[in-house]
Amino acid sequence: MGETRKISLTVNGKSYEEDVEVRFHLADFLRQKLGLTGTHLGCEHGVCGACTILMNGKSVRSCLMLAVQADGQELTTIEGIAPSEDEMHPLQEAFRDNHGLQCGFCTPGMLTTLLEFLEDNPDPTEEEVRIAISGNLCRCTGYQGIVAAALDAAQRLREAKGV
Amino acid sequence: MSGWKVFGSREQRLEDPSLLRGVGRFLDDIQVSGMLHAAFVRSPHSHARILHIDSNSALTIEGVRAVYTLDDLRPYLNNERLVVGLPSPSYKQELDRPALADKEVVYVGEPIAIVVAESRYLAEDAAAIVNIEYEILPAVSDCRLAVEKSSILAHTQSPHNILAQFDMRYGEVESAFNNAPYIFKENIWQHRGGSHSIECRGAISFYEPTEDLVTLYSATQSAHTAKNILIDMLGFDENKVRVIIPDVGGGFGPKLVFYQEDISVVLAAMILGKPVKWVEDRREHFISTTQERDQFWEVEIAVDREGQILGLRGSMVHDHGAYTARGINLAFNSALIVSLPYKVPCYFLEVLLAVTNKVPVTPVRGAGHPQGIFVMERLLDRVARELGIDRADIRRKNLIKSDQMPFKKELETRGGSPVILDSGDYLSCMEQALEKVGYRDFSVRKEKALKDGKYVGLGFANYVKGTGRGPFETVKVKVGNSGKISVYSGAAAMGQSTRTMLSQIVAEFLGGDLENINVITGDSSAVPIGIGGSASRQTVTAGSSALLAAKEVRNKLLKVAATLLEVSEKDLEIKGRQINVKGVTEIKMDIGEVAHAVAGTPGYALPPGFEPGMESTKNFIVDDLTFVNGTVAVEVEVDIETGKVCFRNYIIVHDCGAMINPMIVDGQVIGGTAHGIGNALFEWMGYDEDAQPITTNFAEYLLLNAPEMPHVTLGHMESPTPLNPLGVKGVGECGVVAAPAAIISAVENALSPFGVYFDQAPLRPMEIVKKLVNSISD
Repeated sequence: MGETRKISLTVNGKSYEEDVEVRFHLADFLRQKLGLTGTHLGCEHGVCGACTILMNGKSVRSCLMLAVQADGQELTTIEGIAPSEDEMHPLQEAFRDNHGLQCGFCTPGMLTTLLEFLEDNPDPTEEEVRIAISGNLCRCTGYQGIVAAALDAAQRLREAKGV
Repeated sequence: MSGWKVFGSREQRLEDPSLLRGVGRFLDDIQVSGMLHAAFVRSPHSHARILHIDSNSALTIEGVRAVYTLDDLRPYLNNERLVVGLPSPSYKQELDRPALADKEVVYVGEPIAIVVAESRYLAEDAAAIVNIEYEILPAVSDCRLAVEKSSILAHTQSPHNILAQFDMRYGEVESAFNNAPYIFKENIWQHRGGSHSIECRGAISFYEPTEDLVTLYSATQSAHTAKNILIDMLGFDENKVRVIIPDVGGGFGPKLVFYQEDISVVLAAMILGKPVKWVEDRREHFISTTQERDQFWEVEIAVDREGQILGLRGSMVHDHGAYTARGINLAFNSALIVSLPYKVPCYFLEVLLAVTNKVPVTPVRGAGHPQGIFVMERLLDRVARELGIDRADIRRKNLIKSDQMPFKKELETRGGSPVILDSGDYLSCMEQALEKVGYRDFSVRKEKALKDGKYVGLGFANYVKGTGRGPFETVKVKVGNSGKISVYSGAAAMGQSTRTMLSQIVAEFLGGDLENINVITGDSSAVPIGIGGSASRQTVTAGSSALLAAKEVRNKLLKVAATLLEVSEKDLEIKGRQINVKGVTEIKMDIGEVAHAVAGTPGYALPPGFEPGMESTKNFIVDDLTFVNGTVAVEVEVDIETGKVCFRNYIIVHDCGAMINPMIVDGQVIGGTAHGIGNALFEWMGYDEDAQPITTNFAEYLLLNAPEMPHVTLGHMESPTPLNPLGVKGVGECGVVAAPAAIISAVENALSPFGVYFDQAPLRPMEIVKKLVNSISD
């Protein structure tokens, strides 16, 4: 085992303090140390986007960050998106209703990317959605269901806010 | 199918909730107590002799448990080669992959040693310092040069580089060409790249001494194939090996193949007595997972003055790669598909499969069919252009008509079954696509665009593709004492909604409640035999078996319930989990109670006349392929300065017979379309002249992303096939097969003011620009 460092961070509202090898990337840390395997690794060179998570509300590639760089930060992964065990987030519901996933492997990155995007842009056009997810590769869906889900989710979220 | 409740309905998928919450169970998500991690030492050379392997330094790293080469694995192997080639009389040599490289490496990425350590990080550290001394040998890169008599050899022990040779023929080709008023010839290069499922491959294996059982978790498309190969290689008893497929993050063909890494992981786990996991990374996927690659076609079409096809002939060289990882099927598919939607009186194609020093080639979604379709559609565009006939008219003239169905082609499948186009209305399908894309008034749009300095083009292509490859896929349906329904199948799920599909079929007969059905796929212990996911086959084969099994269970449920309730079975109905007398809901039983009545209680008789168990296992057997058809019609705008192709309209009208879940059908067609657009405009798996791969990441190899993907407008026709009780045809490859043909035709049409023509796929932006520049300087 190489050099380790102790880090403290919050993931999906829960605090963790862990010793981690300094060379561990953040995705491996989340998956192997914290058991949060919902974040997926598709390329480990920052192109496919499957490993995207939110750090302090902003999307980051967890394969391109070291775990030690997340020290003191607040992270959200796919496991932290739904409000409860019985209820899904409107974005998750929209994915289900619009066939926004097939194998589901790119889904964690799509959801986190779109959560950030819809926060900044609650009433996007189709083109804006396509650009927003241009850094997330999907080999199954042809993106059409994902784009439809994002637009549908935007509407649901606007309605929930009474906009 | 009137009266059906869930069949044909856009049901939500049963797969989605766990995937959306991040609690799916993909291979890399599985942790087994005490598990070790593997990395592979791979050849950096496309062709070399291994002189010496030194793993001493690697083994000094703390936490590294073992480095195994073929010599270390050999004592445990009953057969040290992966013998997987599908049968064919056309082989000229057998080239089966060794479990790990023997004395000679024949492609970059070929695994030479497996390194096992306490973490993947350590395993990679160690793999990097396994020291191998090589004698570098000349490599075969271009498959056209490979088949020349003077070529250097891809394997030093082989007599030549021809893996197989066959021809496909019918009719009087020579006289047709001798008497034809017009003959046109095309030389066509076609290339398809990798599968690039977003999840790469992976394997976990462990040996359980208490059960004397070897388990392999594998991200594969066929649990039973993997099991059978393990039994062959290990010499184990049938019941000592179990293969389980967890959630799979996309397959697209190459995960059907059993790999060197799979057997190596199993053996490492057995030797070390510890669970071992290996997960492929993306670079490994580029250099070690099978892929499709190059085909070079020289083809001629003979036509009369009106454009009626008189014959087709030619030859094709196919890059097979360094080993046989599947068979000759890919080149066979390409050769077989060429003429299918059209009346072609005679056909001759000579095919050579060339051995090269590259990753073995096996089918990727579409499986050789896009290439054959591209050839036919390019030739028809050429004839239309040369004879001044409208592109639609020449197809109208030659398409097989609906009143000629079923239409027997003078061809046979690889298994020797006749090729019979079973159903469909190809002409009407094309007319609908042309209507949707606005073909009639396109010339007005084109002219207007030209005035604005824009180059717009319209292209379209027809396809027919065999689906539902038999002979069977087992399904067992069982009602438990709890009232829960279990469905077991040899089918494999990798994103195509298999669980939802089987549940919808079973629910139709057993109460209509999808939530009450649990589907087990991809477990070799669930059903004794199975084939798995490929060739758009599982809805046809497993779906039909599910229908037969569910019907039989339904009949038995009603009969037993009628006996127990002392009513006529004709008066009973199943609603959710309840069987009751129609209109009299007080007279009822839970299906679990009914199942319990025939489950057996010690010392008590079964209800009279009944066999034990509330279950049925069925194998719907089918040999003939059922043929889907469709038309892709697209309008594009080409930027003549950058070569960028933008879609103004993308239409696909298709006919996959009856639809079990139209939402899922749409998803399959649109997803396949994205793959087809990638094949038309972007994807290129490059090798240099020494067979070194030069596109080994997603910056060099371009996968289609959302802004490049157009919105696809679908049109459905439903001509149920008579070949299975569901009337369904496969749909997984529909989107991909005709996309390159239609798109490249549209690009050519857009650039007609320059008089440039294209004879290749992919057609990448720089190649478009190059052609334009050359045309101007000419």
